[in-house]
Amino acid sequence: MENNINITSAQYLANKDGSNYSVKATIDGQEMSVPLDPANRHYAEILKQVEAGTLTIADAE
Amino acid sequence: MTKARDLANFLGDNTSLGTINDAYDAGTLVPSSTNPSLIINGDMRISQRQTSSTTSGFVLDRFFVGSQGGTRTRSQEAITSGAPYDLGFRNCLKFTNTVAGGNNTTDYVESYYKIESQDVATSGWNYTSPSSYITVSFWVRSSVAGTYTFWTRCEDANANTYAFTYTLAANTWTKVTHSIPGHSNLVFNNDNGAGLRMQWIPFYGSGHTSSSATINAWSTGSSLPDQSTAWNTTTGATFELTGVKLEEGSEATDFQHTSYAEELAKCQRYYETGRSSSTGYGAAGTGFFGCMVDYKAEKRATATLTQSSQSYFAVDGNAIYLGSVGLSYTLNDTNGFYHCAVHDNVNCKYVFTYTADAEL
Repeated sequence: MENNINITSAQYLANKDGSNYSVKATIDGQEMSVPLDPANRHYAEILKQVEAGTLTIADAE
Repeated sequence: MTKARDLANFLGDNTSLGTINDAYDAGTLVPSSTNPSLIINGDMRISQRQTSSTTSGFVLDRFFVGSQGGTRTRSQEAITSGAPYDLGFRNCLKFTNTVAGGNNTTDYVESYYKIESQDVATSGWNYTSPSSYITVSFWVRSSVAGTYTFWTRCEDANANTYAFTYTLAANTWTKVTHSIPGHSNLVFNNDNGAGLRMQWIPFYGSGHTSSSATINAWSTGSSLPDQSTAWNTTTGATFELTGVKLEEGSEATDFQHTSYAEELAKCQRYYETGRSSSTGYGAAGTGFFGCMVDYKAEKRATATLTQSSQSYFAVDGNAIYLGSVGLSYTLNDTNGFYHCAVHDNVNCKYVFTYTADAEL
């Protein structure tokens, strides 16, 4: 079976110049800082769920 | 066994080099060898995250454990006797069917391991040739007698899968070995992505399997054969695994035992935990303070970061930011990350532990 990664929230974190540097996500109940690297399994899963329409990444505050 | 030991065993009264050369030529002195393994933590010693869980994820390093239905406990267990113990194995990955599954169609219980593609590509296995092999070996024991499935998939050309089955007597440690040939469809990129996925399956429900599955050959169709439901429906059933090795070649050689420190260092390419602290001074409410964390081992890819066990003084909102200096650039790569905090007092001090996850 494919990985069971449960992502319940996701929000970009941005530098002061406005550029996003990571996603703050709650994954399997734990808050994580996920880098914007497609080779990272959590970011790959976030992109997959966004594409499937089951997850939205909120803009940075 | 080493070549020195081979020679010592053979020598006895045969002290002439000519005699030794003759013996090698005649094949009566055959050097034993142990091939390196493509598997890290195959003896199940390293568990940096936790030693037991009932949810899907990692318990032992590198071996993902997942399930659906029932309550399945996955744990690192001690081996205290038996054939694996005699060979130097002291730990195993254990599944316990704490609450039996209820749906024999959708339920599943599995553990999988992913090897980096570059490690397969450079292993020496001529993987596009049907006459070139890799060999998997492992020790396994189940409380429920039956036939179980090992399954593998080429992740860079992931329609290509290969499976074989093996039969276990109840409560009996069994060493399973199987050689897998190459195939012209296989692709392993020379990169840090997933290459070969290997999977041990205590149970797969009929919704995931097929009565006409192809086994013992690479297939682009179903390669997961139907299984008995006995393990899934038996409360307290167990399935244990250790001594996992994958090597280039058509024969299984002895497991290569390494030191704990050596194996931990290899695992840290994929996951590590550590501790850091910082102290800052300056104007309250506007300053960012922090420092660089250098990893113990370079990561496979940029890691997912978490923080925990924090203690802090005058950190604004008690928030520590990982992977950024909070100014205009990011600093989170395969060698480490910067962490910082916004302080709300003249002094800002904090200590925290982190995890960095770069698993496949």
